[in-house]
Amino acid sequence: MMEKHLSISPKEARLVMAHMYVAFISLLVGGLMGLLQTFVRSGSFDLPFGIGYYQILTAHGVILALVLTTFFIIGFQFALMSKTVGISDKQRLSAWIGFWTMLIGTLLTAGTILTGKANVLYTFYAPLKAFPTFYIGLALVVVGSWIACFTNFRQLAVWKKTHKGEKSPLLAFMVVINMLLWYIATLGVAATVLIQFIPWSLGMVDTINVLVSRTLFWYFGHPLVYFWLLPAYMAWYAIIPKIIGGKIFSDALARLSFVLFLMFSIPVGFHHQLTEPGIDPLWKFIQVVLTFMVIIPSLLTAFSMFATFEMAGRSKGYTSLFGWIKALPWKDVRFFAPVVGMLAFIPAGTGGIINASHQMNQVIHNTIWVTGHFHLTVGTTVILTFFGISYWLIPSLTGRKLTKKINTLGIIQTIVWSVGMFIMSGSMHIAGLLGAPRRSAYSTYTGAEQVDTWIGYQLAQAIGGTILFIGIVLMVYIFFYMVLGAPKGKASFPIAEVSEEAEPTPQYLENWKLWIGITIALILFAYTIPFIDIIQHSPPGSEGFENLIR
Amino acid sequence: MRIHKYEKIWLIFGVGSLILFLIILAIGAFYKGVHPPSHMDTIDPKNVQENESFKEENLGLRQVGENEYIVNVLSSGFYYDLGKDEDGEAVNTIRIPVGAKVLFQTTSTDVVHGFHIAGTNVNMMVEPGHISTLETVMQKPGTYTLLCNEYCGSGHHYMAATVEVYEP
Repeated sequence: MMEKHLSISPKEARLVMAHMYVAFISLLVGGLMGLLQTFVRSGSFDLPFGIGYYQILTAHGVILALVLTTFFIIGFQFALMSKTVGISDKQRLSAWIGFWTMLIGTLLTAGTILTGKANVLYTFYAPLKAFPTFYIGLALVVVGSWIACFTNFRQLAVWKKTHKGEKSPLLAFMVVINMLLWYIATLGVAATVLIQFIPWSLGMVDTINVLVSRTLFWYFGHPLVYFWLLPAYMAWYAIIPKIIGGKIFSDALARLSFVLFLMFSIPVGFHHQLTEPGIDPLWKFIQVVLTFMVIIPSLLTAFSMFATFEMAGRSKGYTSLFGWIKALPWKDVRFFAPVVGMLAFIPAGTGGIINASHQMNQVIHNTIWVTGHFHLTVGTTVILTFFGISYWLIPSLTGRKLTKKINTLGIIQTIVWSVGMFIMSGSMHIAGLLGAPRRSAYSTYTGAEQVDTWIGYQLAQAIGGTILFIGIVLMVYIFFYMVLGAPKGKASFPIAEVSEEAEPTPQYLENWKLWIGITIALILFAYTIPFIDIIQHSPPGSEGFENLIR
Repeated sequence: MRIHKYEKIWLIFGVGSLILFLIILAIGAFYKGVHPPSHMDTIDPKNVQENESFKEENLGLRQVGENEYIVNVLSSGFYYDLGKDEDGEAVNTIRIPVGAKVLFQTTSTDVVHGFHIAGTNVNMMVEPGHISTLETVMQKPGTYTLLCNEYCGSGHHYMAATVEVYEP
């Protein structure tokens, strides 16, 4: 019997694993698309069978940034909720409905991309026009994720009813914050897709308001990255301390930093639109200032992480200034992979500060520097933490053990990933500073010498991309081995306890009405005036351009 | 909620640097007037010729002062319209003397485009219905590539022109 080894009930495990299958298959498919892109951009490879560069670029973005992340996160969060507050039969049913809605949406969108009628990239900027099923599929993914949101909200609410006066489990609190953030943010993208794109692509209306659609998209597009990051933070705050034999530095600070992320990740979309006409620069600046507020919870997190590490090391008897570093389990991949991800967040965050800096943005806007940036954030920090989670989550759901061999292979995978990303992202950053554009197939442009200086870096990107693809193949192998091949046994579901020395958690941190109220107030402050401005000063709308993507 | 002493120091240092950083950005923006391109004028994307700057005869490089130039450009899939030369051929290279003040004005006749003179801070989005402008002084002589850096369709990577900055 394998069931006795499971960390949560078999029915719950099946639900989480369904999400994980989609996530890891997406990793393989989306990663292959990425590899092909770096080959094309090296200038020495042409895509076969009439496949277009922008077709695989669209697939790469949609499959990795939207499908892989959303499925992994929602699956992981269901595991955390099941473990901490439980799931009822009804809730599990609604979770499955959410899963299937998202999966049908994914297949619809992916199918449209395959036919070549949706070469609009994953940001689908109007007035480039894709076939309607592209947008309908995306809308279904969002609706499915909302079902997951409300299932999670309900799970905590039910737990609260039976645990009157108790503070909610930390991980359940974090999941609910992340889903609140996701729900509030996706209202923007849902509005533009449902009200603007779908009627327009179906021919029900002739024109689309481009700036309104972009503003609604970026209202969603920035919190999206925090929706990716917060599950990694959940693991850092509440799981890694257990893995290293330590305790959570402070429950209150962990909750506070999540609350701050909820407030400050949404009213900031203009920093993606800094070089756009039609938006008052004063409001751009105000949103830039709000953008930088997320540095505060990031500082809190950095402090908490190192405090946790040091306390764990010192409790094992390492007393010298930096001796505690030796006490950390560097040979345990469940620790090693996320910590490498954490370290990558130092250059990644620094790059992010440059990107959002009002004037400095002009230096790198839409250059391949930006691509390099988010391959460090989501492509390294977040994904290595997700891999780190998988090493214990998958075996604990399949009733198998994380073997020594897989642990070693995981460490090799992490190193391969880091080396590949260092080369690829590093050369993207440098080429971007030299002016090389992002989202462009191989081109020598007008043949200027300047363009030659980029080609070498594009070659380096192909080398880095190849190494990364080896990393992906390794990871997908590890995943399927943990599902099908590893010896049966019990893998733990590590959830850390709070340190005895930590301050008690104040009640107000769970005042949901207060935090949601402040979040909405900040959004209204940051968007009301400029958005009314954009609508009042709208130019004539744009007709669709399907011809340009063929 | 009490915060650990070391954490207080860390936060004061971190938040302090953040405030300093934002003050520097604000001085740049409001005292020196350096904002990212945010031109507010609109235009009918199907009838750009209605606007004086984008009439066919006004496209491309024009000298408007002793050392001042205006460059009017129509951005469309997949080329920059810089006007025509004496022989009626499409211009694909503009030459600007080093140190000259240049005002770039562009709009799109179709989808969203980018307008980046690679390696310089002349970098802005071009959107149908809006006019993007940017004034600058080209400081370094050389041959630059003006290219589209926002995906605009299957020929996106062919959308380019040459900007030569020469020593007069």
